[in-house]
Amino acid sequence: MSAVDSALTETVTARFARKRLFAFAVPSVILLYLAFVAVAFDVAGLAQRARMDNAAILLSDFWSHKIHVSRDNRSGDLSVAYEGETKGTFPPGRLPDWVATDGTVTTVDLGGGHVVTYDATGARYAMPGAGTLAITPQDDRLVLDAPYGFPARINASDTRVTVTTDAGRLTYTRSKVETFRYFPGWELFFFTLDSPFFGKGPLDLAGLAVWGDRLDPALPNIAAMARDVWTNAMWRHGDVVWAIFETVLMAFLGTFGAALIALPLGFLAARNFNPLGPARFALRRVFDFIRGVDGLIWTIILSRAFGPGPMTGAIAILVTDTGSFGKMFSEALENIDEKQVEGVRSTGANGVQRARFGVIPQVTPVLLSQVLYFLESNTRSATVIGAIVGGGIGLMLTQAIQTQKDWEEVAYYITLIVLMVMAMDSLSGWLRRKLIKGE
Amino acid sequence: MVDIAFGPERGQRPDLADTRAAYLEMVRRKRMYGGLLLVIFVALMASGFLLAEDRNAGDFWRGLPQVFDFPSEVLSEAWAKRANLPGLFLDHVPALVETLNIAAVSTLVGALAAMALSLLATRGLARWPRAIPLFRRSMDALRAIPEIVIALVLIYILGGGPVPAVIAIALHTGGALGKLFSEVAENADLKPVEGLQSVGATWFQRMWLGVLPQVAPNWLSYALLRFEINVRASAILGFVGEGGIGHDLKLAMQWGQGRYDEVVAIFLLLFLAIVVIDRVSDHYRHRLVKGH
Repeated sequence: MSAVDSALTETVTARFARKRLFAFAVPSVILLYLAFVAVAFDVAGLAQRARMDNAAILLSDFWSHKIHVSRDNRSGDLSVAYEGETKGTFPPGRLPDWVATDGTVTTVDLGGGHVVTYDATGARYAMPGAGTLAITPQDDRLVLDAPYGFPARINASDTRVTVTTDAGRLTYTRSKVETFRYFPGWELFFFTLDSPFFGKGPLDLAGLAVWGDRLDPALPNIAAMARDVWTNAMWRHGDVVWAIFETVLMAFLGTFGAALIALPLGFLAARNFNPLGPARFALRRVFDFIRGVDGLIWTIILSRAFGPGPMTGAIAILVTDTGSFGKMFSEALENIDEKQVEGVRSTGANGVQRARFGVIPQVTPVLLSQVLYFLESNTRSATVIGAIVGGGIGLMLTQAIQTQKDWEEVAYYITLIVLMVMAMDSLSGWLRRKLIKGE
Repeated sequence: MVDIAFGPERGQRPDLADTRAAYLEMVRRKRMYGGLLLVIFVALMASGFLLAEDRNAGDFWRGLPQVFDFPSEVLSEAWAKRANLPGLFLDHVPALVETLNIAAVSTLVGALAAMALSLLATRGLARWPRAIPLFRRSMDALRAIPEIVIALVLIYILGGGPVPAVIAIALHTGGALGKLFSEVAENADLKPVEGLQSVGATWFQRMWLGVLPQVAPNWLSYALLRFEINVRASAILGFVGEGGIGHDLKLAMQWGQGRYDEVVAIFLLLFLAIVVIDRVSDHYRHRLVKGH
């Protein structure tokens, strides 16, 4: 007895010791690895490279917009424009009421008593209780004259002066003077300045839609409103809706097309349906090859042949997923219950009938739920694939980010993408419940 | 009692005389629904393909014969310069390692976050049961945002390099794994947890000693699967954004003719890496879940 006991004690102690070692070794290996990667990825240098001002621009564009009031210092031309864009420029006679000009002197009321004045000598920024800051060009340089303790972030050089306060921002260069005033919300989201419906409140619009006189004689007001929103040059709602639709289309066609192709191939690759070992082996290696080559490479190859657009994206998803589906389907088919097939066989059914009545009813729930999961994740991938092949919302997003200008559009696209993915998630969840559980 | 055993409602026997008619009726209805669904589905697919074809810049039928033009052009050039390949392999190994590191770190960080999130979001185990919906919704939100969105925004803020990709993939991994982890944890046996609670263990101790040993094999298996997915994702993010082998691939592709040997070298490296990782992780996942 005691011999056994001591042996037992020994093994138990040895196992405990190993476990204890493991419990400390695993976390320390992970920590070591993370430390190594932190050095390799230069995380320490990140703090210096990080552009927090960019983050601030992005965040503020999520909920606000600005109007640029700028004067060309050489010609004296004044322009007032949403985000400084040509398509958002106010026509000369219809300046907003906080901008006043008489040709030579322009005053910009930033609210809260902050007033910026442009005149022949330069520009002045008056803040209540803090005095007036003046910028005057002399010879070849800019002279900044600020009262002591002027509460603003001032960035000044000989060629460029930037004054940032809570109310707005004034930038003076030799060629141009520009003031930003910030407003909450996204600008011109529904109607641009050239639309007759611009600047009307929701109640006015509802009234116009229902009983008002036609503003555009050719169309009823409500149709004209829809057209103006749809063709909004600033936000391009029409294009965006199409892009979202294209993205969903890519995911839908790719996923279900792949499932349709992979189903017969899955039968051919399953041991219990195809007795030819070499054929099975070959087919499985084809699936492995397709999956191994990876969506990225397929996407690149296919976009060379088919050109940019949603069809290319759909085919790329289709090809990639055929590999995954083929593997998954053949595995599911190998795991079926043979009894049902035998029962159908006993009635004298042929191969196709056995598959239709003995196999398909068993595997449909499994396969369908896999396909629907892929549909969900492909909606996300279609965004990336769209960015590579050049179609859908992914392309619009990457373009908007790369121009580094229209961050409110980036915010808009991000919101739409998240909503699209969530909608597809709940759609596929609903379908799964409906079709599989039969609720 | 007998009646209950026979019919769905008390006191009502199924009408045996009509079984055949009822069965045929059911089959007919089922077939009709099935047929209807099939017709709708086929119509959707067909119109979808036509529409996609319509909005595509290139033509599908014209493009089909050209599918192999580009690969063959690339391969023939690479074959002509095959002597360069070993050298090019070595050149791009660091980029491959970077891609793998991005995937590994993001899987690790994401899985650690998912562990906490999933336990906090599982009924019966949660630290604060009232906050379960909060944690579930936050996991949904993490999963919903595509990696490329976060990566591109972070590249703008943090500048280039691998860190934006790591953060983007880790966030998505946290959400995706959190959901799977939580499904596993839901099926964990609560007895060890109760036993630990009875001796006054804290929540962390209960989870660490009572739940983790039960769920560890399945969790590890999911994490390995996620690592496979993340390797692909980090390659794609490199292509769209910056860093890793995807970026090298993009540069070589943009150069075009003359550097196709490099393209092939990168293709092969990526392919081999993905296949090897798939194989190894498949093997270990089998061992973890099935025990052999």
